[in-house]
Amino acid sequence: MKKDQFVYVTYIRTTSEKLWKALTEPDFTRKFWCNTAQESEWKPGSSWKIMAPDGMLTDSGEVLEIEPPRRLVLKWRNEFRPELKAEGYSRLTYQLEPEGKSVKLTVIHEIEKEGSKFIEAVSSGWPHILASLKSLLETGESLEETREWPREACK
Amino acid sequence: MSLMDAVFKALATASRRKLLDELRKENGQTLSELCEHLDMTRQATTKHLVLLEKANLIAVVWRGREKLHYLNPMPLHEIYERWIGKYERHRLRALSDLKKGLEQTKTK
Repeated sequence: MKKDQFVYVTYIRTTSEKLWKALTEPDFTRKFWCNTAQESEWKPGSSWKIMAPDGMLTDSGEVLEIEPPRRLVLKWRNEFRPELKAEGYSRLTYQLEPEGKSVKLTVIHEIEKEGSKFIEAVSSGWPHILASLKSLLETGESLEETREWPREACK
Repeated sequence: MSLMDAVFKALATASRRKLLDELRKENGQTLSELCEHLDMTRQATTKHLVLLEKANLIAVVWRGREKLHYLNPMPLHEIYERWIGKYERHRLRALSDLKKGLEQTKTK
């Protein structure tokens, strides 16, 4: 079956443990991911969701595979834009690999569908959020435009 | 070798460009799937894939015991950004559309 996907590779000067925390813990995600927080027990099969600062559910799904601090695969559906929600579940893979003093982070977001509006939307959001994550880990400061909800990067 | 050198070196071989074409058609293929489309041994394909990965032209993620290969458009985008100016893009697009249009009319 044909798929649409977003692919991104970035090298971040940090450790896998720190990067893992930054990707999953609310204290970190609020800083670079538009003030949102994820909730999950982080076990295979447990539910997973992202919430905006006002408590609105923005995305939800399930933990498919988890192997800290190397690999996390999520089943992921948008919950606040009807046209994106209608496309159903996507699959998100984070892969963290230490390389020298950096960690290579590979992000693949894919859906079993061609011409996906959801992948189009995340393709403009992810580069901003991931650049902000890199800035946060390397300099202690995230990119200003990704700190608040709602912002272009997070729609 | 800089990353840009690695990108050009990786692109300098027809078989590696063919591999990228295959991923463009269908992203996330395994080594076996890629071998099916190419007249190359598994070993040779593996070597090419390693070079493409080093140049960051493909991203590789594990799924179970299989490695899936994805085209990573970022390095090519950087080349494009470096040599093609903001204003030239529209002109080039217009020219390329015109060429395609004229060639299609000719073959009709």
